[in-house]
Amino acid sequence: MTSVSVKDLRLSFGQVTVLDQLNLDIQEGEFLVLLGSSGCGKSTLLNCIAGLLDITDGQIFINGRNVTWDEPKDRGIGMVFQSYALYPQMTVEKNLSFGLKVAKMPQGEIDKRVARAAEILQIGPLLKRKPSELSGGQRQRVAIGRALVRDVDVFLFDEPLSNLDAKLRSELRVEIKRLHQSLKNTMIYVTHDQIEALTLADRIAIMKGGVIQQLADPNTIYNAPKNMFVAGFIGSPSMNFLRGEIAADAAGRPAVVAGGVTFSLDGYHAGETLVPGRKVVLGVRPEHVKVDEPGGTGEVHEATVDIEEPMGADNLLWLKHAGHTMAVRTAGSRRFSPGTRVRLTFDMTLASLFDAESEERI
Amino acid sequence: MSDRGHLKKTAHLAEVPASWESGPRGARPRRLLSTRTIVVYGTLFVAAAYYLLPLYVMIVTSLKGMPEIRLGNIFSPPLEITFEPWVKAWSSACTGLNCDGLSRGFWNSVMITVPSTAISIAIASINGYALSNWRFKGADIFFTILIVGAFIPYQVMLYPIVIVLREIGLYGSLSGLVIVHTIFGMPILTLLFRNYFAGLPEELFKAARVDGAGFWGIYLKIMVPMSLPIFVVAMILQVTGIWNDFLFGVVFTRPEYYPMTVQLNNIVNSVQGVKEYNVNMAATILTGAVPLLVYFVSGRLFVRGIAAGAVKG
Ligand SMILES: Nc1ncnc2c1ncn2[C@@H]1O[C@H](COP(=O)(O)OP(=O)(O)OP(=O)(O)O)[C@@H](O)[C@H]1O
Ligand SMILES: [Mg+2]
Repeated sequence: MTSVSVKDLRLSFGQVTVLDQLNLDIQEGEFLVLLGSSGCGKSTLLNCIAGLLDITDGQIFINGRNVTWDEPKDRGIGMVFQSYALYPQMTVEKNLSFGLKVAKMPQGEIDKRVARAAEILQIGPLLKRKPSELSGGQRQRVAIGRALVRDVDVFLFDEPLSNLDAKLRSELRVEIKRLHQSLKNTMIYVTHDQIEALTLADRIAIMKGGVIQQLADPNTIYNAPKNMFVAGFIGSPSMNFLRGEIAADAAGRPAVVAGGVTFSLDGYHAGETLVPGRKVVLGVRPEHVKVDEPGGTGEVHEATVDIEEPMGADNLLWLKHAGHTMAVRTAGSRRFSPGTRVRLTFDMTLASLFDAESEERI
Repeated sequence: MSDRGHLKKTAHLAEVPASWESGPRGARPRRLLSTRTIVVYGTLFVAAAYYLLPLYVMIVTSLKGMPEIRLGNIFSPPLEITFEPWVKAWSSACTGLNCDGLSRGFWNSVMITVPSTAISIAIASINGYALSNWRFKGADIFFTILIVGAFIPYQVMLYPIVIVLREIGLYGSLSGLVIVHTIFGMPILTLLFRNYFAGLPEELFKAARVDGAGFWGIYLKIMVPMSLPIFVVAMILQVTGIWNDFLFGVVFTRPEYYPMTVQLNNIVNSVQGVKEYNVNMAATILTGAVPLLVYFVSGRLFVRGIAAGAVKG
């Protein structure tokens, strides 16, 4: 069953149209991540779903009910903000119970719900404190608790972790995932951190300029990006893009000639026929190149190590190869000094091929 | 580079030059009588004296009897302290028609200032809240009109307002004056509140909406408790402004409702009899006491509120 459904949504601030003709269906219990660079309209979309912005056109359904004109409180949503947005003059307990008090819920039920949220989020000892007496991680927990006590079907998160330091962020990320697994609510989560997106999401919607570029599970997004924007946005370091054109290799099979070298496309599943001479971009992720190793599908290429970046678990090499610079990931235990000649093989089953003009996947 | 040099030094302590141990260490010493401190304190002293000297003269004069004042040493302290002038100023000095002192004016001023301040702050804060958070249709035009209103000189509006008040039957009454003060305080107060509320995090407002609070719920439970400093600023502005008002008091009320400032003027400028300088001084201090008290009590909050407004834009 669809939990949240956005139909032909349009939102303009005066003359500026931020979202146009946006459609999105989210399944019940799904964890959907909205990912995109700053200013692409993620928060705007979330605010539209929450009812905090009056939309210009289109419809929004939550649990099969048309909530387009409903107030935020009547939509069955809870929201967590980047800046926590805790009421500074109230204690943690008051913060958690404010919404319930407004809804005139009996005190006994309020106490029960606050206690339950405090237990789930382990903020019991903090209930009597003011937000200013909490650390960043504790504040964010309280903010999540505020959504939790309302016992809603849909959770909306707007970059809830981006004000925290790296260590806390990864801790809370795991906690949010655990929360989702135990509550099984629908969650819509805005972030510009691709690690958060890949680790948390059932599906990721990648946005650019108010348009959803691709909506798919993390694996598909990572391995079969729909266009060059998605391919370049996900993955760090970014996918290597080799500009060239379609040709036939020695055996007459399709190949890409880029920078004077030939990459056989053996094993690549193209969605359309590859006409020789077509301008294309071959995309290869750094971890899909083998260095000085047997195996791999295509021919062997020669390259020179330019810079080595050891990162502990793995070792990132920047190579000079047929006129372009290429990032390649190897095991952390393998070391290469600059200037070394290495032999590369490419795994074409995991590569991506894009049209040079439209930048769409072929 | 310097980092590396530093590391080397700590690694080979033996090579440390002798000056490292005997050199400067800890807090930098401050000379007590540098040119800078002399200039700073000198300026402060002159400025303080400039404001305090008249006050001093007023106080000592108000404590002297008339014979002593006629001797002419205005700076000398009173030889014989008397509170007679204060009592007279408060309860029996003649203010034009009647001779029951400033007390009547004081209570008039209280009855003008308290409701004017309360009503104008209540309305202006709600205005500012609606303007900054609820962005209703035409909010910008409304705000522009309000700001333009702040720049129209009062004098231009005096006569039209007299007519309006007469037509609605409030001319000469206390409530008429309260209405006038409330309206004239509106532009600047609304601006003050709007800017303060606009500086509060927008997500807080959104969170409250998701929590189900409405227009009044958010205003009363979220915004007002967070905005104490700006309410104090507004209160000080209004209390001092309204208490010190003379023009509106003369124009819009009848003599029995004259505020303290108008009565003070009548005492000081009365043409009959001898000039009782001591009574005049006492009356002046009494009239100025209320704003002075407000400053002393809430001055610290005032500065904090102004500063908060400045930082948050
Ligand atoms: N109130 C507003 N008036 C006019 N334009 C706005 C308003 N709010 C947002 N915008 C514009 O809408 C676009 C999308 O903004 P939005 O806040 O949704 O971005 P975002 O994807 O959440 O970015 P970030 O990652 O920085 O939070 C931006 O270009 C922004 O300038
Ligand atoms: Mg945002």
